[in-house]
Amino acid sequence: MYKILKKQELAANIYLMDVEAKRVAKSCQPGQFVIVRMDEEGERIPLTICDYDRTAGTVTIVFQTVGAGTGMMAELNEGDAFHDFVGPLGCASELVSEEIESLRQKKIVFVAGGVGAAPVYPQVKWLHEQGVDADVIVGSKTKDLLILEKEMEAVAGNLYVTTDDGSYGRSGMVTQTLKDLVGEGKTYDLCIAIGPMIMMKFVCLLTEELGIPTVVSLNPIMVDGTGMCGACRVTVGGKVKFACVDGPEFDGHAVNFDEAMRRQQIYKTQEGRAQLALEEGSTHHGGCGNC
Amino acid sequence: MDVLKKVPVREQDAKVRAANFEEVCLGYNKEEAMEEAARCINCKNAQCVKGCPVAIDIPGFIEKLKEGDVEAAYQVISESSALPAVCGRVCPQESQCEGKCIRGIKGEPISIGKLERFVADWAGENGVKPQSAKEKKGKKVAVIGSGPAGLTCAGDLAKMGYDVTIFEALHEPGGVLVYGIPEFRLPKEAVVAKEIENVKSLGVKIETNVVIGKAVTIDELMDEEGFSAVFIGSGAGLPKFMGIPGENANGVFSANEYLTRSNLMKAFDENSNTPIMRGKKVAVVGGGNVAMDAARTALRLGAEVHIVYRRSEEELPARVEEVHHAKEEGILFDLLTNPTEILSDEKGWVTGMKCIRMELGEPDDSGRRRPVEIPDSEFTMEVDTVIMSLGTSPNPLISSTTEGLEINKWKCIVADEANGKTTKEGVYAGGDAVTGAATVILAMGAGKAAAKGIDEYLSGK
Repeated sequence: MYKILKKQELAANIYLMDVEAKRVAKSCQPGQFVIVRMDEEGERIPLTICDYDRTAGTVTIVFQTVGAGTGMMAELNEGDAFHDFVGPLGCASELVSEEIESLRQKKIVFVAGGVGAAPVYPQVKWLHEQGVDADVIVGSKTKDLLILEKEMEAVAGNLYVTTDDGSYGRSGMVTQTLKDLVGEGKTYDLCIAIGPMIMMKFVCLLTEELGIPTVVSLNPIMVDGTGMCGACRVTVGGKVKFACVDGPEFDGHAVNFDEAMRRQQIYKTQEGRAQLALEEGSTHHGGCGNC
Repeated sequence: MDVLKKVPVREQDAKVRAANFEEVCLGYNKEEAMEEAARCINCKNAQCVKGCPVAIDIPGFIEKLKEGDVEAAYQVISESSALPAVCGRVCPQESQCEGKCIRGIKGEPISIGKLERFVADWAGENGVKPQSAKEKKGKKVAVIGSGPAGLTCAGDLAKMGYDVTIFEALHEPGGVLVYGIPEFRLPKEAVVAKEIENVKSLGVKIETNVVIGKAVTIDELMDEEGFSAVFIGSGAGLPKFMGIPGENANGVFSANEYLTRSNLMKAFDENSNTPIMRGKKVAVVGGGNVAMDAARTALRLGAEVHIVYRRSEEELPARVEEVHHAKEEGILFDLLTNPTEILSDEKGWVTGMKCIRMELGEPDDSGRRRPVEIPDSEFTMEVDTVIMSLGTSPNPLISSTTEGLEINKWKCIVADEANGKTTKEGVYAGGDAVTGAATVILAMGAGKAAAKGIDEYLSGK
């Protein structure tokens, strides 16, 4: 069992948890992810690693309640435990294996959308610890959904916050901010974009135009996370890759986002049904269009 | 009683079982088992034992069974096998023990598999456990993977007195026995979990949720965690796809994904939160045991199911019994047929599969006649789900993170067949990780050989 030592609601329906997982905390690197299961009947839910403390043996995860599984997970409290917590999975961010000197020469910009701020944070923090200050653009729908602002501010070179509705920081999409920064004369050698698939697609379209190499982190459907099932297959540069073992980070300009977005829909109807059953319990008798 | 014929085994009716996940074969009761045992002529030079990869003293346990002493029969089997209830169900006996049985020359061989199953089930129901080691060796051995190879190796080492820990990547131990083979062939609670409990009762510890090569490496296990030797039984888990156009469409799955969702994650159960595609018309591409398992699972989830295989019935790699069961249940066989493209609608969902008819030409490297396309024989099969069951290859996670561990061109770990020795000192391997996808019992045989190899290595140290 993997004990929850801290739980915090970062924003509406977005939770942070510090979980005791010694083996994962000892070996994980920025860019990797874990799979959790809340109880014996639970689904296997992949989550990116937001932070880790090797001495305390804890790993920080951040998740948004999007389905029945994460909805039930949000009800866990400090002192409760996850039944399963496996990782680190996937490859570490390429940054980790790059020469520090060459990293210091690079101008790096991170683009985080929504909960994507969580997996961006450990990378920015890691760079900060190596003496590399990266620019970070964080976008959220509205002010109330913005997460990890203070934490990010502490480790980023410059932090640019933007909200879709203009309720806080700059106004508009992350792509607008990136375009503005480049328009103001900023130059970047590398962009790392993590967030909803649609956001990553549009960031990549823009950076391709701007000539900035871009890395994205994909979060497709997975079961085991070790290369066994192939549910997470994505087409990158015309070749089929398994996001769980070949990724989760890929060259964003080579990813077939349209296919990746289609593949995310495979179980949507069934997940929706499970969510409704959870919300409405035994009172759910149709109305969802699927019963 | 006709001594030339097997005592028939009771099965669930094909029509009934096609709609449920209960076990197909019901097994013998004690009377039936004793009657079948009485057919054994207790050959002096028993051929059946030679056909068994773990060399169970088959005439020995059958003798005990003839006397009605089931517990003694169980102890005879458990000297050689850690998983008799599993083997009695999934071993290809027809090509092993039963294939060599002298009784089989004139009539039907002794039903050794069904007898083994009866003995193991009886022991499980009556709480009889295998006997554990009397003396401890004081040395730690790590076993990677809790499938048939790992469980067997761990069980044997524990019986010799070693302190064994199994590391399993998934949340439940059992490997392919849990994620791969369906409930209707191998019940999870009643059979697999019980046999794993038996292995644990020998003192074996199982740590789940540990991906070796990611959370910890083999070198770290040996240098930092005090393991004197390591056995790798990590199986062959990577699914193959055909590489044809359209294969990433929504509705194309690997058999591994489909079966893992149903078996490990219990998606077949209405109460499970795990989603699974319940297609109306499903094509399963491939002809092995895994293809039969995927097809029969899809059938039970309510689909019309076609097995699409590029060679003819004679070349089907699946066990005859599985093909027979599949046909009885209503699986349709589209043989000498090969997919060339997956068709999908504008939203990316599968609508059909383009296929071409094949005929058999000259024998190829495998000795089987090579399937060749018949020109202008393309046609489209309307399906909404395609399950690719084309075999699997070993996961490179371990070999790529272990220095000095040699692999061959198929990514299989190079290991000595006789003792499991790899190119790295103190590291042994066996099962599908070494051979590529094979059978449960061959993996067990390799686990057994490696346990002996590890004991010899550690005794000499």
